[in-house]
Amino acid sequence: MSATQTTTRIQPAPQPQPVAKLPRRKKRDGARINWGITALMAVSSLTVLVPLYFAVAMALKSAKQAASGSGFSWPWPMHFDNFRIAWDLTHFPRAFGYSALITGLSVIGELLLSSIAAYAIVRNWERRFFRWSYIYLLAAMFIPFPVIALPQVKLTGIFGLANPFGVAILHILFALSFNVLLYSAFLRSIPYELEESARMDGASTWKVFRSLILPLLGPMNATVGIFAFLLSWNDFMMPSLITANPAHQTLPVIQNLFQQQFATQYNVAFASYLMAMAPSLIGYLIAQRWVMSGVMRGAIK
Amino acid sequence: MTVIAKSGAKLATAAPRTARKTGRTDRTYWLMLVPVLLVFTLFITVPAIIGAFYSFTNYVGYGAWKFVGLANYEAIFTDPNILHAYGFTLLFSIVTTVVVNVAALALALGLSAKIKFKTSLRGIFFIPMVISGLVISYVFNFLFSTSLPQIAGSLGISGLQTSILANSHWAWIAIVIVSAWQACPGAMIIYLAGLLAIPPEVHEAASIDGAGVWRAFRSVTLPLVLGYLVINTILSFKAFLNAYEIIVGLTNGGPGTATFSVAMSIFTGFANGDYAYQMANAVLFFIVTVTLSLLQLQFIRRRGVSL
Repeated sequence: MSATQTTTRIQPAPQPQPVAKLPRRKKRDGARINWGITALMAVSSLTVLVPLYFAVAMALKSAKQAASGSGFSWPWPMHFDNFRIAWDLTHFPRAFGYSALITGLSVIGELLLSSIAAYAIVRNWERRFFRWSYIYLLAAMFIPFPVIALPQVKLTGIFGLANPFGVAILHILFALSFNVLLYSAFLRSIPYELEESARMDGASTWKVFRSLILPLLGPMNATVGIFAFLLSWNDFMMPSLITANPAHQTLPVIQNLFQQQFATQYNVAFASYLMAMAPSLIGYLIAQRWVMSGVMRGAIK
Repeated sequence: MTVIAKSGAKLATAAPRTARKTGRTDRTYWLMLVPVLLVFTLFITVPAIIGAFYSFTNYVGYGAWKFVGLANYEAIFTDPNILHAYGFTLLFSIVTTVVVNVAALALALGLSAKIKFKTSLRGIFFIPMVISGLVISYVFNFLFSTSLPQIAGSLGISGLQTSILANSHWAWIAIVIVSAWQACPGAMIIYLAGLLAIPPEVHEAASIDGAGVWRAFRSVTLPLVLGYLVINTILSFKAFLNAYEIIVGLTNGGPGTATFSVAMSIFTGFANGDYAYQMANAVLFFIVTVTLSLLQLQFIRRRGVSL
């Protein structure tokens, strides 16, 4: 009895276990999901999400709620009034307008100027002047803004460009080197034969560029455009130094200018921070895949 | 002999002729490039030359000036504030570069593994890249100065009950954390691009050969993303040397001058009326930046051959 019991107990016990385990593991491999790493990544993503949650929670508090506790608790009732106060206090529409103006000019300027310059360089690579221009532009990548900031502040002042237009021009020029690098790498992969037939039909260089090359540059335009937008929209250093009139400042600089007023009303401050972050954040959420693939393309080049 | 020379000459003239052929439309190419180059020179190169010139004068930003030779440069090397700014900026840049690259590579490895919710997680980790560094610094400023001490207080952790931002020894850690938080997605994307370019067969071959996770990472994955590691190290280090807005948002250089960066000290050139002096600082900063970049390249090239 006991022998059969043990045998019946032992016999099936070790055998089905590996049999049962193996297919399960195979199944897991087939589904290709590593739950351990998934959990790890989900927990790590809190480093990004918690500060954002915190900003939202703070922005919805009353002054009294904001002053008590660590700030993590969700406010009840919620105070959407803070957004209106911040909107009026910081002249949000005005700052938003200047941010949009600088960013718009920078994006358009970078897309046009750097693609045209890169096209001229790549198509005339055998000419010394064009080759050297390329090296000249790339060498300038070593110059960080702080190094030439002081003379630039004076220079833009002399030219009457101590305003958002001057900031946009500087954004375009500082990004020129990197953009020409990206574009020319891409343009080299476009064979000249593609243009030849168009040229035989008598198309001018401008026409070839506009109707043939520019459409082909599509993916690179996306990459350059995304970088141009992000760097220009979020920049603090250049507008804060170049723009003379505080009323012409961009959203990030406004947050800095209002620190004194914000120090007594943190809830309003956070509402203002949130409104400053919102445009690029919403844009990103809408076009997430497009943005990621665009940035990744820039990374590979 | 003469025939060959002639044909050679013919060939030589033939090549320029094709160039000359396009040379007819050449004017357009010049129009495409030269104006951009001129504006670029006017706004980037000319200020660099003007600034370097004034670094040898006693110019205060307006009015008369005279040459003072290398006096500004000599003064910098005995100025404790500037030397401290260089020390802080270098230490900060090195530490943050290491932190960012380790974290970004780990995240990229996790995000390229076989996980659930891949797109959503990638989307979340990318968010810091689209947010203004200054604005998020203000959010973190409140977290460090108010929330963290409160939480530490209620948990009874005595070391963290005062604001880390007010501590002259540890404020720089907060700057490293926020800078890394913001710079991580950029580096992560580059690593992710590198990891996704590795064909899956390579990993399969490694696991068939019995390589464990760590072994496969060290001997297979790491060598294959080494190029991306190099790019990331150089790019992030260069960016961190210019540290400015996150410091403005967190400590504004304080407490005292504990977290005053080189960029911040240059920008005081107008406010303090020492334009020429800070231009000398800027020239020095430029030399340091270029030297460090070239040294990194040199080091990597030498290592790159052996790897």
